[in-house]
Amino acid sequence: MAGGKEIKSKIGSINNTRKITSAMEKVAVSKMRKAQDRVAATRPYAEGMRKVIGNVAQGSLEYRHPYLAEREVKRVGYIVISTDRGLCGGLNTNEFKKVAIELKSWKEKGVDTEFAIIGNKAAAFFKRFGGKVVAAQAGSGDVPRLADVIGSVQVMLKAFDEGRIDRLFLVYNKFVNTMKQEPVIDQLLPLPKTDLAKREHSWDYIYEPDPKPILDMLLSRYIESQVYQGVVENSASEQAARMVAMKAATDNAGNLMDDLKLVYNKARQAAITQELSEIVAGAAAVG
Amino acid sequence: MAMTVQLDVVSAEEKIFSGLVESVQVTGSEGELGVLPFHAPLLTTLKPGMVRIVKQFGEEHLIYVAGGVLEVQPDNITVLADVAVRGEDLDEQAALDAQKRAEEAMQHASADFNYAEAAAQLAEAIAQLRVIQKMRKK
Repeated sequence: MAGGKEIKSKIGSINNTRKITSAMEKVAVSKMRKAQDRVAATRPYAEGMRKVIGNVAQGSLEYRHPYLAEREVKRVGYIVISTDRGLCGGLNTNEFKKVAIELKSWKEKGVDTEFAIIGNKAAAFFKRFGGKVVAAQAGSGDVPRLADVIGSVQVMLKAFDEGRIDRLFLVYNKFVNTMKQEPVIDQLLPLPKTDLAKREHSWDYIYEPDPKPILDMLLSRYIESQVYQGVVENSASEQAARMVAMKAATDNAGNLMDDLKLVYNKARQAAITQELSEIVAGAAAVG
Repeated sequence: MAMTVQLDVVSAEEKIFSGLVESVQVTGSEGELGVLPFHAPLLTTLKPGMVRIVKQFGEEHLIYVAGGVLEVQPDNITVLADVAVRGEDLDEQAALDAQKRAEEAMQHASADFNYAEAAAQLAEAIAQLRVIQKMRKK
């Protein structure tokens, strides 16, 4: 039986791998459900925040907050959210590719870049790729908390306040549905003007108590909530992508095993046939 | 029919209320204020307290918020709350306990005692109790 044993042990090892991938798939399915609920729960707040900020950006306010003012772009900052663990298909790769394309176009314009990264995969990527990393955060686990992201956000906001960066972007994978996750790059600062129905006359808010503290609080909360939302979406995307990737791996392992079983059976059949013909030939020679 | 305005109350955890209302009352940082449809644009921070909503057709709702921001536009009102709880979901016993704990902590102040934090907790507990009492009176 030529190679019969080798084929058999190969089938065994593929079977073991398949068990692992199918277990990972099942884990990802249950985690994804929870992550999806979290996305659904936090979206209204992030959207409400975006709506209010959209209004704020349109008004002609008596206090011009620095976050609202466009400046000449010399340096830009990115907050890049990635996963902590791999085995989730092309999720991180696609995201980093998108960032790399943006970086190239900035470079051509002679603009420097700075990064704050959340997640191990982005840390590993920027180590290889190069780039100035000013803040890194990893290990936020499956249940991201607001406290986890505040550190990185503060570093970037401070850089913006001090004029070290003139624009701030957020990069994450948006959770569209189970099959589809999209890497997106959102501009956080200065606040992008919404092109919703512009009002003709200029208007301002009535503030209680004063414009500055309210806007300060509102804007830093807005940034925090957007980044947090990004982390939550990214975590849901991670689970969904892992689920799909592991399902594909499990199916592949199944196909591979079927093929190998066929090869094994053919080899066994061939060995038996050979043995038989040897016996028959031997008997004929004696008789 | 009374005029109405779109109101959204969202907290970091969930959407608490969304719909047309005839009026809404909140506890702003400078005091209580009521908002009717077509109010001028207004931006204010909120203190722990209640949000009283009069829905279309006069039905009343009470929500407890632990602070946040109120934004008013003529055609819509948004409450971005840090924590928001529907009046009927409030736990009176828990609020009473929290009030007691905060009061005790303030009386027996030790070295590592954070007065501001305890005061904030006390204010939240009292605001919750007020909402519960209001609900009872109805």
